[in-house]
Amino acid sequence: MKKLIVAATCALAMMTGGVQAQERDLRIAFDVPYEPFEYKDDNGELTGFEVELAEAMCEEMNANCEFVIQAWDGMIPGLLARKFDLIMSSMSITPERAERVLFSEPYYNTPGGWFGPESFNADVTDMDAMEGKTVGVQRGTTMDSYVTENMGGIVTIKRYTTADDMVLDLEGQRLDVVFVDYPVGEQTVLSKEGFKEVAEPVKLGQGVGVAMRKRDKDLAEEVNEALATLKEDGTYDTIMKKYFAYDIKM
Amino acid sequence: MPDFIAQWLNQNEIFTAMTIMEYWDGLVTTVHLVFLSLVIGLVVAVPLAIMRTVRNPFISGPVWLYTYLFRGTPLLIQLYIIYYGLAQIEGIQETFWWEIFREPFYPALLAFTLNTAAYTTEIIRGAIVSTPHGEIEAAKAYGMNWFLRMRRIVLPSAARRAVQAYSNEVIFMLHASAIASVVTIVDLTGAARNIYSRFYAPFDAFLFVALLYMLLTFALVFAFRKLENHLLKHQRPIGS
Repeated sequence: MKKLIVAATCALAMMTGGVQAQERDLRIAFDVPYEPFEYKDDNGELTGFEVELAEAMCEEMNANCEFVIQAWDGMIPGLLARKFDLIMSSMSITPERAERVLFSEPYYNTPGGWFGPESFNADVTDMDAMEGKTVGVQRGTTMDSYVTENMGGIVTIKRYTTADDMVLDLEGQRLDVVFVDYPVGEQTVLSKEGFKEVAEPVKLGQGVGVAMRKRDKDLAEEVNEALATLKEDGTYDTIMKKYFAYDIKM
Repeated sequence: MPDFIAQWLNQNEIFTAMTIMEYWDGLVTTVHLVFLSLVIGLVVAVPLAIMRTVRNPFISGPVWLYTYLFRGTPLLIQLYIIYYGLAQIEGIQETFWWEIFREPFYPALLAFTLNTAAYTTEIIRGAIVSTPHGEIEAAKAYGMNWFLRMRRIVLPSAARRAVQAYSNEVIFMLHASAIASVVTIVDLTGAARNIYSRFYAPFDAFLFVALLYMLLTFALVFAFRKLENHLLKHQRPIGS
């Protein structure tokens, strides 16, 4: 009899626990379109790498998730005003942002890519070969800091505000090579004839994390656990391979 | 040096020797670019202004068209056309022109020179046209030919009337040169933008550069006042 009561209590506890988790509502914000991370497909359905990852994460956390569309400017204010509970919209972890929000462990990091004309054959890690070359970067990016710190004084660095201007100068042969966020380079440079990826992508920065309110420490722990599970059990890799031909896992 | 300035200089992360050097290099580039374009622009503008006042439409027409085109479009657009446009011409990379136009300095110099020459042409033309008729009649009465008349009477008197308007053009040109930074030239503005994006400190980076532009402008205003005093000495009341 005693055993039965213990078993029944345990079962009840598990059930109510399960039900509670099932009923937990979470609202996740995305800024669309940001292909291939979050965008609306032809039927108007929200999809993309981060959307699918969020769906898998919600399942793992037994949460009932609602997806919210939020413009980038209002992301952090909207989170703090409790309009939603999580941001999963390619928000890079920076010290400035970490002052205001709580970041999960990083869940992806797009590398910087080296792109140049077919004729480019120098090794970008060999400083003797790179001496005197002209390298284009986007001003203020992690790629800019990397080139400035590692190759300043060896190569000529040209800084651009937009990727378009930089690609024009690469086409016009004013630049020997550009170092740019990989997905951007893939779309702008590799789509043109006569250009190629000239070196292995380089991982930079702290990566992208889920942003939450500072007080939601328990939620952050759950998110980290769920993401860790997804990264281990292969779910993450399956989703990543659907959208990317290269590794962005972190 | 007061203690608080020394303290501030030691504490701040932004105005280190390295960034001050960046601003200095930017200052040199700005002065270089603006000075060259103004000098070349002025040398080109004087004959163009004279051509613009000639009655023959085959001579004045093309000059009118040139000043109309360059005053009728923004300098930024002219710079984009010259910098990005020239690079798109098939095969230009194989000619010797590419040696000149590969670097952003010369396309910017060309754009600035053509722009300031157009404005300066109109300033000088206005001054030539408003030459008092009596001065020209008197010169003719002395038997001066057209060339001598231009050299001795019309141009010197036009220069006196043009100098005030021209000093404005010089200051505008200095400030317009800030757009050189969009074609990767690290002038004063370019240096400020680089430093801003490194430290995310817009006030420090841009207020400092604004101060440098103000100092340059002050030097120009001062120099032009001296020049005006010299050129317009005869107009001052006696005894002043």
